[in-house]
Amino acid sequence: MLKTFRIGGIHPKEQKISAGKAIQTIALPGQVIIPLSQHIGAPCQPVVKKGDTVKVGTLIGKAVGFVSANIHSSVSGTVLKIDKALDASGYKRDAVYIKVEGDEWEASIDRSPALIKECILTPGEILQKIAAAGIVGMGGATFPTQVKLTPPPGAKPEILIINGVECEPWLTSDHQLMMEKVDEILVGVTIVMKALNVQKAIIGIENNKQDAIRLFSEKVKGYPLITIQPLKVQYPQGGEKQLIDALTGRQVGSGALPISVGAVVQNVGTLFAIYEAVQKNKPLIERVVTVTGKEVKQPCNVLSRVGIPMNDLIDMAGGMPETTGKVVSGGPMMGKALPDTDIPVTKGTSGILLIPTLEAKRKAMKDCIRCAKCISVCPMGLNPTLLMNLTEYEVWDRAEDNHITDCIECGSCSYTCPADRPLLDYIRLGKGKVNGIIRARKN
Amino acid sequence: MVQKLIVSPSPHVHSGDTIQKNMYNVLIALIPALLVALYVFRLDALIITACSVLFCVVFEYLIVKYILKKTPNVTDGSAIITGVLLAFNVPSNLPLWILAIGCLFAIGVVKISFGGLGNNIFNPAIAGRIFLLISFPAQMTTWPAAATAVDAVSSATVLGNLKLSPEALPSLQSMFLGTEGGSLGEMSALALLLGLAYLLWKKTITWHIPISILATVALFTGALYLFDPQPLYHPLIHLFSGGLMLGAVFMATDYVTSPMTKKGMLIYGVGIGFVTVAIRLWGAYPEGVSFAILLMNALTPLINNYTSPKRFGEVVKHG
Repeated sequence: MLKTFRIGGIHPKEQKISAGKAIQTIALPGQVIIPLSQHIGAPCQPVVKKGDTVKVGTLIGKAVGFVSANIHSSVSGTVLKIDKALDASGYKRDAVYIKVEGDEWEASIDRSPALIKECILTPGEILQKIAAAGIVGMGGATFPTQVKLTPPPGAKPEILIINGVECEPWLTSDHQLMMEKVDEILVGVTIVMKALNVQKAIIGIENNKQDAIRLFSEKVKGYPLITIQPLKVQYPQGGEKQLIDALTGRQVGSGALPISVGAVVQNVGTLFAIYEAVQKNKPLIERVVTVTGKEVKQPCNVLSRVGIPMNDLIDMAGGMPETTGKVVSGGPMMGKALPDTDIPVTKGTSGILLIPTLEAKRKAMKDCIRCAKCISVCPMGLNPTLLMNLTEYEVWDRAEDNHITDCIECGSCSYTCPADRPLLDYIRLGKGKVNGIIRARKN
Repeated sequence: MVQKLIVSPSPHVHSGDTIQKNMYNVLIALIPALLVALYVFRLDALIITACSVLFCVVFEYLIVKYILKKTPNVTDGSAIITGVLLAFNVPSNLPLWILAIGCLFAIGVVKISFGGLGNNIFNPAIAGRIFLLISFPAQMTTWPAAATAVDAVSSATVLGNLKLSPEALPSLQSMFLGTEGGSLGEMSALALLLGLAYLLWKKTITWHIPISILATVALFTGALYLFDPQPLYHPLIHLFSGGLMLGAVFMATDYVTSPMTKKGMLIYGVGIGFVTVAIRLWGAYPEGVSFAILLMNALTPLINNYTSPKRFGEVVKHG
């Protein structure tokens, strides 16, 4: 029996058509736009100005406050301006425009491909390096990594959980990274284990990635503290709470953090970035992005510098099919629909999914027939149809009592609803409202 | 870029499940029982079922279009199900005008006046059947013998005989296969169980409601049978007779009128099982399944209010 999480879940068509496609590096464009807010938390303070010359790896945005992450130039060239630019969230926010000239890297960055296994730094020094490199959670949440690796006072991490699940349909960027960078990822695991002072790590990989399971099981023989756990394919297994449940049988309570059960979760992409930052002094300036979709000519996995417009990546996959009606940054379940395609790739861009118009349009919503399928699939054990009604009628106290704030916005309810009801749209609204009420009450 | 892009919140994919698919799955699951009815009652079964479906669909169409002045959506399949289930709950020789009244009550009063599919409190077919039973008790309880039987005279059903003349009971095997007298669709437990298997396989329903009803009936009568082993208490007779199987598989599991949480479904199922047996053993009517379902339909909002799904992390387990 393969392990999986115990409540709810769905199994959408996997559609991993770009699986096994070797990572290609995309050519540098004439100009990049690097948003100063690529993470959850406070936007960065720009530390360059118009006319400055920068190299690959030059700090251009400094983290402000505790929850924030540095931003570095991904190219060498001249700063054109600091101006508003549309990003994947749909908002216009501050970004650094850089004219690309050559490809000159900061001297401190080790660009050799040699694997460096030994890490003699202290946990504090590791965290400093991670913070300096501007590393964020690369599974999509983009939470600053050094914050996640700094347990709150009194909390004791016991186990490091590595998310190699990639449960979103279509996406294969993590999978391909695992196939090509297994040694670096495993060194990354040991570095994080040292930083956290934990003696145990489990890498969870879904069973549809047999090649990755085999490869990691082979390579992990040199690492006695790390185990590989194949998992049943089930969405949203990549959710932190679901993954911890699947791998350890511990359930993180309502409103609590993974550390409350002694767990810290990191994505494989983040671990690779940590390896590069700690062992190679390389800040987070590029990532693997899957470009895919039903009618995409050459679905592919692209290594892209941050700031390259998504258009360039779409061109690499054979151009945008004429039938395209929706462009999604991320996977189809939790990704964001983009208003335009010249939006830059950021640290959190795991994929670009092109959906044909016919499939992009929503169907008209019908009356709820109370089939309760949304309840069966909710991985948090909530009652989505009730929460939607409570939001519609603005009954905030009951929405709070029914734990609307536990919702992880995985979208399983809307995905499943036979009456095409936009359950998550409402719940998201209600959750925001209730969170606001709770904050106001505390103040 | 000339193409205009659609921007909407996630998720951007859908399972493709629809109300129609679920409804048509229920209809497919009803086919074995319909075949048994056709075999046993021949043309009569066909006429009753076809007319019942036609009445339900036409009434829904006319009421929604001309009284509510909205766009009718009879292709969702729910009116067809009501038609088939109501037909399955009446004797095969019921006059068609009585059947039409039942359909009008089920669709017009029980379903549409509450707001149509999704908003009705009671199962339309169950309420329609009870309405007919109370209004036309003689016609609703005179069952023709099976056409497959040698002597084609009217006969009482198993449950009717159970209280009056237990010595005239048929074999369990014929009850299971469906060659004893009764309403159209409740003849064969086997055919209905095939339907249940299909619905479970297609994940149209979960096991909670049908199994809790059947288990409650079996355990309750079984306990009585242990103390007093007479046919009146025989659990298998109770399981395979009357409308229990049809009710447990197809009527009690109606999405709209049954609870939404697993806990609620179990409470509802156990409730139906108890009330059914109580009416069968100690009530004035020989059969109690439809009353039991109707009663528990009424309690469904209350059950929904007091049961909630098992939440993630509710019991924090340290493994």
